[in-house]
Amino acid sequence: MDRIPILKMGDFLLVTIQVDLYDQLAETLESDLVQMVRKYNSKGVLIDISAVSIIDSFMGRILGNISTMSKIMDAETVVVGMQPAVAITLVELGLPLKGIHCALNVERGMELLRSKITLDIQDDDDYDDSDTE
Amino acid sequence: MKNEAVKIIKAKKKYILEQWFQNQLENDGLREDLITNEDQRIQSEELINSFAASISDTNFDNFQSRDFEKIEDILSGVAISRAKRGFTPRETGAYVLSLKMALLKTLSEEIKDPVVLYTESMRINSLLDNFSMITFETFIKGREDVILRQTDEITEISTPVIKVWDGILALPIIGTLDSSRTQIVMENLLQEIVETGSSIAILDISGVPAIDTLVAQHLIKTVSATRLMGAECIISGIRPEIAQTVVHLGIDLSDVITKATLASALKTAFGMIELEVRKKATSKVL
Repeated sequence: MDRIPILKMGDFLLVTIQVDLYDQLAETLESDLVQMVRKYNSKGVLIDISAVSIIDSFMGRILGNISTMSKIMDAETVVVGMQPAVAITLVELGLPLKGIHCALNVERGMELLRSKITLDIQDDDDYDDSDTE
Repeated sequence: MKNEAVKIIKAKKKYILEQWFQNQLENDGLREDLITNEDQRIQSEELINSFAASISDTNFDNFQSRDFEKIEDILSGVAISRAKRGFTPRETGAYVLSLKMALLKTLSEEIKDPVVLYTESMRINSLLDNFSMITFETFIKGREDVILRQTDEITEISTPVIKVWDGILALPIIGTLDSSRTQIVMENLLQEIVETGSSIAILDISGVPAIDTLVAQHLIKTVSATRLMGAECIISGIRPEIAQTVVHLGIDLSDVITKATLASALKTAFGMIELEVRKKATSKVL
């Protein structure tokens, strides 16, 4: 059965979707991804959808699910490389993907993830400081 | 029965033209800035000639007769060209009605019997009234064409996406936002974001005359789409009246960064991409 490869890059997981997703594939990806997050204790998930030309409401929900699941497992999700037409379609469908971070390309996405994670660490430090004071 | 008026019109063509032209010159409706006397004369002469040529005993009472097609064509041409040149309806109407005056005057000079004069005048009247109606119809049609063309032009003026800084795009929206326009605006903006790799888009709505729930929804859609592309969107140019309307309508813009002026939006954008604008340190000694 087809699978979408999930690559580990340090603290992050990188998923590049090079084919048009069908429902079964997306569901497999969802479960694979949470398994991987747990396995590697990843801090961030980067999903590249630059090659995806169709996203329907189901796919939108799967992306939302992945984001929420990762969030409760303490990993940030960034979706990168959405095509303009896809963005417009999603908005017209009434799915603005609230709660998902987006970036223009993989490079920007990585930057965003790093900044989010350093922010978290800083926040933790702040808490530590307040505790000691 | 040979028709008196037809005979007179055919015989007195030149005289009627002179009369008509005289009427036109006296009329306030003569617009030398829009059409030269010479052109107007040629136009009038052509009309009179074909009028005299096509009119006959049989079709005199029947303005729908095919004989008048040529006149209708000429009148339509005149009306459309006048509509395009910016004549007022009154001026265009006066053009045909002054011909009626000339015809009636000629008839009254030629026909001595009051009863005949009356009947002939009535017939000329109704014929010429129909001509002026045709003129008017085509005049309005010509105007509508002008309006349609202008509407098309306005839609074609695509909203420009301006790159104001590295990574900052500005999008001044002028005029009302409807769904088809939002679509174009959104497509342009997203395409430009991809091409320039910008991370901030400023949507300036100072040129939007009024905002209602639909326009606001369109704006929010554009903002959401920009976010999906990984860019942040700032709405600027919110005038006091617009702020009032937004609140009264209960539109929730709390998810969107809004600024009163483009300048403050730009300042915020600079802050977001960690740039600072400073006054140049001058070595001038006071």
